[in-house]
Amino acid sequence: MIDAGQAISQAHHEEWARVVASLTRRFGDLDIAEDAAAEAFAIAVERWPADGVPPNPGAWLTTTANRKAIDRIRRESKRDGKQKEAQMAYDDDPPEPLGAIEDERLRLIFTCCHPALAMETRMALTLRMVGGLTVAEIARAFLVQETAMGQRITRAKGKIKAARIPYRVPSAEDLPTRVSGVLSVLFLVFNEGYLATGPDTDPVRHELTAEAIRLTRLIRALLPGDGEVAGLLALMLLTEARRSARISATGELVTLVEQDRGSWDRELIAEGHYLVRERLAAGVPPGRYQLLAAINAVHTYARTVSETDWSQVVALYNQLAQLDPSPIVALNRAIAVAELDGPEVALAIVDRLDGKLAGYHAYHATRADLLRRLGRSQDSRTAYDAAIALAGNTAETAYLTRRRDQLA
Amino acid sequence: MQYLVSVIDDRTNSATSDERAAVDAFNEQAQADGYWVFAGGLAAPSAATVVDNRDGNAVMTDGPFLESKEYLAGFWVFEAPDFDVALRLATDGSKACNRRVEVRPFL
Repeated sequence: MIDAGQAISQAHHEEWARVVASLTRRFGDLDIAEDAAAEAFAIAVERWPADGVPPNPGAWLTTTANRKAIDRIRRESKRDGKQKEAQMAYDDDPPEPLGAIEDERLRLIFTCCHPALAMETRMALTLRMVGGLTVAEIARAFLVQETAMGQRITRAKGKIKAARIPYRVPSAEDLPTRVSGVLSVLFLVFNEGYLATGPDTDPVRHELTAEAIRLTRLIRALLPGDGEVAGLLALMLLTEARRSARISATGELVTLVEQDRGSWDRELIAEGHYLVRERLAAGVPPGRYQLLAAINAVHTYARTVSETDWSQVVALYNQLAQLDPSPIVALNRAIAVAELDGPEVALAIVDRLDGKLAGYHAYHATRADLLRRLGRSQDSRTAYDAAIALAGNTAETAYLTRRRDQLA
Repeated sequence: MQYLVSVIDDRTNSATSDERAAVDAFNEQAQADGYWVFAGGLAAPSAATVVDNRDGNAVMTDGPFLESKEYLAGFWVFEAPDFDVALRLATDGSKACNRRVEVRPFL
């Protein structure tokens, strides 16, 4: 006998997006879809413990939500005239022409990640409509008041309705750019979880990294042939695998070099490596996420720091710099160059980035470390001070402060 | 569904001959594709007059209702099946006229 509570939480995880997506398709309204889905889950919480878990929870939830949505439209149409009821009667409309791929959850994701919405709105809306997180949970994750987050989501839904942002998978010609927008949303959610900002937050917020991975897995299942989707999933898995080794018992950041490699999650690493190998075998030039995943694969492949194939890491960064000549990529490349060619060569590269990265904490932290290794304590201290002033993550601040205070 | 695509500029009559040719070509394509409803350029805000006759006692004010560096220099009205199509038209329109544009649906 399955525990009803467990079945509900599992159904919420697996079926929420499907229920919302199918109702959005039928009723063309995100609000109705979301409210009806929430009601259906509330009814499940009441009924399943007494009546038993239905054989097909997803179908049960969709049917129940559909009934609730129709009830609501009936109630409203008594007020607003017969328009909506008439609209509803045409449920057997011929299906709309399909985009490149047919899956309603995919349509929902592309709608929530539409480029006409602000990036932070896309993140919030995706977590709400696709991830099924409550407004309170999303507000907590992004450190804003629940009312403000509620308003942001309501405004986004209003814009989708008023501007008639279509509920569909973009056409084949638009698909690559739109997928990359979806991936940026998921990567931002992941990063906000992995390197959480704010003085009073946990340095790592597992609920965000886990949700980003779950949604990326969903996209991967829906777009199995997309190399960048596979690359982003691999990147997240290989990063997540090191999560528990990344923060010390005293709440301080532990850098890659100092981490206890024995505590890395071998299962996540194996899955990440599998995806990276799959992409290599595909023989297609890799994109940004695939290259970042490959770099992380090299790190997680090495059993000790000294075993790390730094020349391979630098070669991958060279390839990444071709695709993305941003100063942040150049900075990360320099960190690998320091291991291969020494801190002096790396410092020369980093110092050339000064103008572009002066406001970025990692730039100062990297300089501080290189200067320390070169024995330039006074300069290093100044750089640590600059990094500490800019860092927003509590564990990182603690780490930088200790390193500064250890300087001779 | 109709969409207003407004052209944002900070100078009037500032289009170069290349820009004008590109806009003509874009307009012809939009007409051929059946999206075109109406379009036009507007005179400078200095030519604007604000009229307030809400209380039946008309008051004319010389100048635009809103003083700003950037203003509406022209617009397109498109008939488009959905927002993505309107966005694509706006994207091409912005390229053609070499200006930023704003897209808003009619109610």
